[in-house]
Amino acid sequence: MTNTEREVIIELKNLTVEFKGKGRKPFKAVDDVSFRIYKGETFGLVGETGSGKTTIGRAIVRINPLAGGEILFKGRRISGVIPKELDREVTRKIQMIFQDPMASLNERAKVDYIVSEGLYNIGGFKDEQDRVAKVSRALLEVGLLPEFASRFPHEFSGGQRQRIGIARALIMEPEFIVCDEPISSLDVSIRAQVLNLMSDLQKTKGLTYLFISHDLSVVRFIADRVGVIYKGKLVELAETEELFEHPYHPYTRALLSAIPIPDPRLEKKKKVLVYDPSCHDYSQDKPRWVEITPGHFVLANEAEIRQYQAMAG
Amino acid sequence: MTEPILSVRDLVVKFSLRGQILTAIRGASLDLYPAETVAIVGESGSGKSVFTKTWLGMLDANGWVDSGSILLEGKDLARYRTEREWLTIRGKKIAMVFQDPMTALNPLRTVGMQIQEVLELHHGMRGEEAKARTIEILGEVGIDMPEARYDQYPHEFSGGMRQRVVIAIAVACNPKILICDEPTTALDVTIQAQILELIRSLQKKLGVTLVYITHDLGVVANVADRVAVMYAGEIIEYGTVEEIFYDPRHPYTWALLSSLPQLGVKGQPLYSIAGTPPNLFTEINGDAFAPRNPKALKIDYVKRPPFFQVSPAHSAKTWLLDPRAPKVEPPETIKALQAKYEGYAQ
Ligand SMILES: Nc1ncnc2c1ncn2[C@@H]1O[C@H](COP(=O)(O)OP(=O)(O)OP(=O)(O)O)[C@@H](O)[C@H]1O
Ligand SMILES: Nc1ncnc2c1ncn2[C@@H]1O[C@H](COP(=O)(O)OP(=O)(O)OP(=O)(O)O)[C@@H](O)[C@H]1O
Ligand SMILES: [Mg+2]
Ligand SMILES: [Mg+2]
Repeated sequence: MTNTEREVIIELKNLTVEFKGKGRKPFKAVDDVSFRIYKGETFGLVGETGSGKTTIGRAIVRINPLAGGEILFKGRRISGVIPKELDREVTRKIQMIFQDPMASLNERAKVDYIVSEGLYNIGGFKDEQDRVAKVSRALLEVGLLPEFASRFPHEFSGGQRQRIGIARALIMEPEFIVCDEPISSLDVSIRAQVLNLMSDLQKTKGLTYLFISHDLSVVRFIADRVGVIYKGKLVELAETEELFEHPYHPYTRALLSAIPIPDPRLEKKKKVLVYDPSCHDYSQDKPRWVEITPGHFVLANEAEIRQYQAMAG
Repeated sequence: MTEPILSVRDLVVKFSLRGQILTAIRGASLDLYPAETVAIVGESGSGKSVFTKTWLGMLDANGWVDSGSILLEGKDLARYRTEREWLTIRGKKIAMVFQDPMTALNPLRTVGMQIQEVLELHHGMRGEEAKARTIEILGEVGIDMPEARYDQYPHEFSGGMRQRVVIAIAVACNPKILICDEPTTALDVTIQAQILELIRSLQKKLGVTLVYITHDLGVVANVADRVAVMYAGEIIEYGTVEEIFYDPRHPYTWALLSSLPQLGVKGQPLYSIAGTPPNLFTEINGDAFAPRNPKALKIDYVKRPPFFQVSPAHSAKTWLLDPRAPKVEPPETIKALQAKYEGYAQ
């Protein structure tokens, strides 16, 4: 299926998010970022710490206000002031799972309340019986027992706590989930369980994910397409294998070259590239967002575009 | 082979927790040789940190070495009790770098003073000489403009730079053994690659024995000469890095390697280890991994396996290596690793 035929679930248009800077000038945490996420896919977002990944995720779930641009959900604008009806709909259909399952769960609330919280906020149940049934179902869906509802988060392991975080999102019957480093704080052996659970849920419920991570091996395994962000700017976007096999932007190339390979022969002779932002001369020839090969975009100026096109052959 | 520089035998470490006894280290043994890098891997809670902390007398107050020995230069550190004894070891013979550099640095003192202090304390350097050496060390760990950086505070440094400072402090006294406990887990891959490069070059230059704790097997492949795999407080397999990555023998090592996303097939479930780690409050009989091992033998539930030797450098604690054991095939992912290695060899 070509990308023009696929249903776009989320679209960011020239998204800009600012925070108060040190001086008087505001600091652009996200700077003119545009991309689309198609229904049913997993879109990976990678980049170094502080590059703006979480800020983008929080803008989509409408925690961070925009300084510029807009966000569309299935073609309708959801940023800024929107009708009550639509607000209710997206509060439900767009959910977020956070990095640290320990910090993101209210330690003093029971699992029952934690999982139902979103439902309470939107009045998303008929009666108490309906609510309890929904909690039980959500817990079962993430592989936990309904009896766990009466326990507290600290009585669970890291992997189980992350499952509670997922159940809490699922109970809202979302279509789109922002997953912010959902497995980074988990142990290797538990990571696989949570990744498998997320894939299963995606298949059975037709979910779409924005998967934020700086573990590039995990992103390569789980994502269909990947966007690379550097200091608030999207610098490259392509289908996952295409990006890993043919990175163009020097930042992407440096990032990919640094991934540790769990194979001593390959890892020990690996060459790590270093990205030096001064390698771009944007003083005259300004960069723009261009498609080098179908579906493979990069931020580049005319000179670089010619170079990348030559690389593409 | 040369003599080990540190030799740990049958170490048992216990903690007392709300009236109950937890056995964190259950008879772990490991030898370290001069100037080598050994990586210790294993899941969270398997005992990697506790095991190595005992070598510097840094166990939490509710913990103790119950039995076993830790031999360093003819002395048994397992018998050390007083801070005075430990001060002859800590920093001087064995130094440790932790995951979070912020906890290791004093936020209220300049970075320069924190390094200089160590030089003055341990090397008896004074004033200008100590300052000059401090600036030299900052340069050696890859900090730009070390003179200017000397007067800055830790919060003015990025995470990667702070970790460089912590490493600088750790090597300032030329320890024989440097333990790095997840030193790059909190860092970006690009910064991580730089820190690994730094650690490797310092290790070569100083000839220090490096113990590197991590659960990132990619990092292990990068730094390690040898690998020790830990499960439930025991070293259950050790060997050269190639033996562990291309020819592992313990079912837990199989499972650990198989769950790597790099070995997964896109669109198919990743291999995942069933069940949960054993409860360390109760006594464990037999092979601690047996309840999670779908191919466990009957004897695995009854009798703890000894080490069986696979090669001069490679041993594993699994009954599968007993000559009387039935032949159990490793999972497909592991066979693929073996095949890949045969490909390299040709
Ligand atoms: N509420 C806030 N107020 C001020 N600055 C903020 C705020 N939230 C984020 N920032 C800044 O915006 C930038 C982007 O932060 P963000 O959390 O999006 O990065 P990230 O890519 O998610 O990084 P990480 O990988 O460390 O999670 C950083 O410089 C951060 O310090
Ligand atoms: N002060 C303490 N009191 C009680 N139990 C402790 C204490 N310190 C550690 N333990 C226990 O000892 C066991 C081993 O812990 P350790 O910190 O060595 O694990 P680890 O392998 O380093 O794990 P991680 O990868 O999460 O750092 C764990 O079960 C832990 O809960
Ligand atoms: Mg973030
Ligand atoms: Mg530890």
